[in-house]
Amino acid sequence: MSSREVVLKCHKIIGGYGEGEALVSHEPICFYLTDPKTGIVREKDHELAGKSIADKVLVFPSGKASSVVQIDGLFKLAQHKVAPKALIAKDVETVLVVSAFIVKIPLVDRLEKDAFEVIRTGEFVEVDAEKGIVTIKKQEA
Amino acid sequence: MTVSLCVKLRGLNMYLTKDEERILAGEFGEGTQKALELLVAIGDAYDAERMIPVSRAHAASSGQEGDLYFVELLANGGAKCKVPTSTNPVYDIPYFHKIFANIPENEADVAKRVMDGYRRLGAILSWSCVPYLAENIPLFGETVAFSESSATPYVNSVIGARTNREAAQSALAAGVVGKTPLYGLHIKENRKGTHLVKVSATLKDEFDYTLLGYYVGKQIGYGIPVLTGISARPNTEELINFCAMSNVSGAISMFYMPGLTVEASTVEEAFQDDVPKDEISVTDRELKKAYDELQTASGKIDFVLLGCPHYTLKQLEEVAGLLKGKKIREGVSFWVCTSATARILAERNGYVGIIEGAGGRVVVDTCIDEPCWFAFKDKVGMTDSPKCAYYRRFKDAMVGRLEDCVDAAVKGRRE
Repeated sequence: MSSREVVLKCHKIIGGYGEGEALVSHEPICFYLTDPKTGIVREKDHELAGKSIADKVLVFPSGKASSVVQIDGLFKLAQHKVAPKALIAKDVETVLVVSAFIVKIPLVDRLEKDAFEVIRTGEFVEVDAEKGIVTIKKQEA
Repeated sequence: MTVSLCVKLRGLNMYLTKDEERILAGEFGEGTQKALELLVAIGDAYDAERMIPVSRAHAASSGQEGDLYFVELLANGGAKCKVPTSTNPVYDIPYFHKIFANIPENEADVAKRVMDGYRRLGAILSWSCVPYLAENIPLFGETVAFSESSATPYVNSVIGARTNREAAQSALAAGVVGKTPLYGLHIKENRKGTHLVKVSATLKDEFDYTLLGYYVGKQIGYGIPVLTGISARPNTEELINFCAMSNVSGAISMFYMPGLTVEASTVEEAFQDDVPKDEISVTDRELKKAYDELQTASGKIDFVLLGCPHYTLKQLEEVAGLLKGKKIREGVSFWVCTSATARILAERNGYVGIIEGAGGRVVVDTCIDEPCWFAFKDKVGMTDSPKCAYYRRFKDAMVGRLEDCVDAAVKGRRE
């Protein structure tokens, strides 16, 4: 088994550095609908239902739900130290920027290749938002 | 050159003035610095070229911990609002604690600190969700930053000022810095209508506009609807309800009613001569469907909660008119939320006296989504606002017209 690194440029929105296992969601995420103590997605019928977003590098299309619940949702996860380590999103709007800003989690978008094609759940990912670089450690048999 | 150096260091494209750079460098204190940092991040997300001045802001303060964190970050960092910045309701702390002993201490503490934070920031302490009626009124064409579900579309569409769909924090940051990134609805092309909504339903009262907003928001989700076919000019309260509901069931930051709202007098102008992305029609059947979806139950009720969004003076007059000569049934708690300014006039005009005489309460500074309603956690109530029912602070909240709410309060049950 060998590992290979894929290094991609990205667009920084909220700076900082975060690394962890990737968790890919093709559906929008509402942080309020996760368990604030564990980070487990509680939203029924969500593709991540039952999975924890704690300490992950979360790859997702966008946020959703009203600004108040979305921001408070991520804030509570951070208070319990179960927030994601970094956010890689596709459509970033004001509420998501505010959410990441107040919990100081790096937020990036516009990877030079489609994040949903390049990154697989479980791969180790480093997000260096300051440098505008995402590094994916690919495991190959 | 400082500007290009800064751009290089940040690796970004947004142009910042010398003054803005000095704010970012912390020369004007940490509070203002953090506020601008947030605005720059938002600008970068939208590829904004630069910042533009805003003349006023409305922060949808909420008494939640995420809100508290940001307010204290700015207030403790010495920031002050640079332009008039009004605040959303939290709750009337001394009033509610006198009535209910069981409001959780930690929640009350958060509310107290949020309110104190805005006070220290020099905000307009309106504690109202309809500040555009009295405390903080934009004019046509003004550039502002207004958060709050009814405020954003009302300001854009009814008044014709320009605001993006702000979060409480981004609006507060804009109020503190006096600027916002140039993106979204601040740009004319982005104010183009997206969906044509042909209305043939009969709209006879404020509640019908609530249903219309609910249906349109749900159908369109995100977009700028252009509504045609509305023959009678809607009044202020009807427009408030339409705004509040369409921006809760969907994300409608702006709409047009050509000929009735100010920005476009014709349908073509609203679409900026482009074709609609989609078209929907709203007949009586769709409104009935919306109503049926919201109907939750009938039977015994413990409380009635009105004033989401905050009731206007006219609505307080209506409540007083319906309650005159009647008594609210024992065991039913009857509440109307309004702004401090509307209450003063309602008191002067005798409406508060009538409502209180019938056994009701008229409360200011308070939102229905606050811990002060803790006592109703396991209770069933009734409201004329689907938004109120949606917050789920209660076991159940049935939705109906104001007349039905008052009737249920008098009888102790919804028929």
